[in-house]
Amino acid sequence: MRMLINVPETVVADALRGMAAAHPELAVDVENRVIVRRDAPVARKVGLVSGGGSGHEPLHGGFVGPGMLDAACPGEVFTSPVPDQMARAAAAVDSGEGVLFIVKNYTGDVLNFDMAAELAEDEGVRLAKVLVNDDVAVTDSLYTAGRRGTGATLFVEKIAGAAAEEGAPLERVEAIARQVNESARSFGVALSACSTPAKGSPTFDLPSGELELGIGIHGEPGRERRAMMTSREIADFAVNAVLEDLAPSGPVLALVNGMGATPLLELYGFNAEVQRVLAERGVAVARTLVGNYVTSLDMAGCSVTLCEVDEELLRLWDAPVQTAGLRWGR
Amino acid sequence: MLDADFFRRWLSAAAAAVNREADHLTELDSAIGDADHGSNLQRGFAAVTAVLEKEAPQTPGAVLTLAGRQLISTVGGASGPLYGTLLRRTGKALGDAAEVTPGQLAEALRAGVAAVAQLGGAKAGDKTMLDALEPAVEALGESTASFAAAREAAEQGALATVPLQARKGRASYLGERSIGHQDPGATSSALLVATLAEVAS
Repeated sequence: MRMLINVPETVVADALRGMAAAHPELAVDVENRVIVRRDAPVARKVGLVSGGGSGHEPLHGGFVGPGMLDAACPGEVFTSPVPDQMARAAAAVDSGEGVLFIVKNYTGDVLNFDMAAELAEDEGVRLAKVLVNDDVAVTDSLYTAGRRGTGATLFVEKIAGAAAEEGAPLERVEAIARQVNESARSFGVALSACSTPAKGSPTFDLPSGELELGIGIHGEPGRERRAMMTSREIADFAVNAVLEDLAPSGPVLALVNGMGATPLLELYGFNAEVQRVLAERGVAVARTLVGNYVTSLDMAGCSVTLCEVDEELLRLWDAPVQTAGLRWGR
Repeated sequence: MLDADFFRRWLSAAAAAVNREADHLTELDSAIGDADHGSNLQRGFAAVTAVLEKEAPQTPGAVLTLAGRQLISTVGGASGPLYGTLLRRTGKALGDAAEVTPGQLAEALRAGVAAVAQLGGAKAGDKTMLDALEPAVEALGESTASFAAAREAAEQGALATVPLQARKGRASYLGERSIGHQDPGATSSALLVATLAEVAS
């Protein structure tokens, strides 16, 4: 095992203690595993809470702060948090204007957030939920648990976060979050499997010279394995897969996301190819974000997310954000 | 008759079995999931053992309800709510009787399994824990001394998930590539039924 850890059992708690030390602007409850912006609850503001398994950093804790999330609940590695965490987070960020749960579509996340919603509503918190399910690699959702939530989560959290920061009411923040999800699609590829701390070795065997197409963010294999392709070929494949499902009439936000072990040198090179395909397909790109945002531990590979935006969504995207993982405009 | 102590012994035996089999469950999960089923259940059942010692509930229903709530609060993932619901709803169905018959337990387990099916939106054949639990409950319900039959049915059910294509949970994303692997959830369910048979014998 080549990991910078003590023992697998304390990986999440250790990371939270380190995060607290690095970010005094966050209130990190290590024992109950809730990360809250220190000024929460913000008066007259809808609270945004998200969460999911650890191992996807900076998602979600790295997106807590002004202009994005009010709280995040990290679960064990690749395991959704428990309902008690979300209920606690909801109570901590509710100013009386209500709370929006942003949930990625995985069975565990959905079940735990549903149970948390019941608990929070019992405590008198007005709740709304939005389900993120942007992954076009899941084609036959009739026979699966439905499309996974991947890169679009960042767009939903940023844009809905900006709307909430402006003082939009819960119904409006929820509607914007849904609009972003419905306008966004993703496709991911893996060049290597990742190693979870609990297992200590790669979660699946991917020989060098091969790649997995259509992966999620949990170190699971994709839908198809092929001989290694060039950056150019991967970009063609991934962008075309997204555009088979999303026919944008206006400009898009583009996210070229690293899975954790792919250097920026490669990601920027890949982005050049993504932009080329988009230009060839006549898709205008309003903004581009390149980096490791929705990761899968030490997996090598990348995902592409496109989100069609109107003037309102673009304005909210450009609005100031100040978090550990995403920061601009203030 | 089965009293609170019987259910405490069952859950304690289950915790020991989960400990023993954690690596195996995680190995099965790494093939079609995300390699944490064993460690997640280990964490949950350790918490169950601890809370049952601390609070010592006095009826079978209270033991199972408390254990279920503890699983929901500590496991996370899909298995936390699903196993938590199984125990909690089984416990609720037992009511506040001080002792229950195996037949009453069979009926209560049927209610618990139905709640799991409803929560997960799954049915037998989807390659989930239901593939072990449903046949076990059927076998248990057929006669009063059928814990061994339930164990056998659950183990056969878990084995029968190998050729199935997963339609629920994370394994469903593999499509046809999920075929040929035993479902970790069905395997851990068979383990729980096996420990029930052990404690009853």
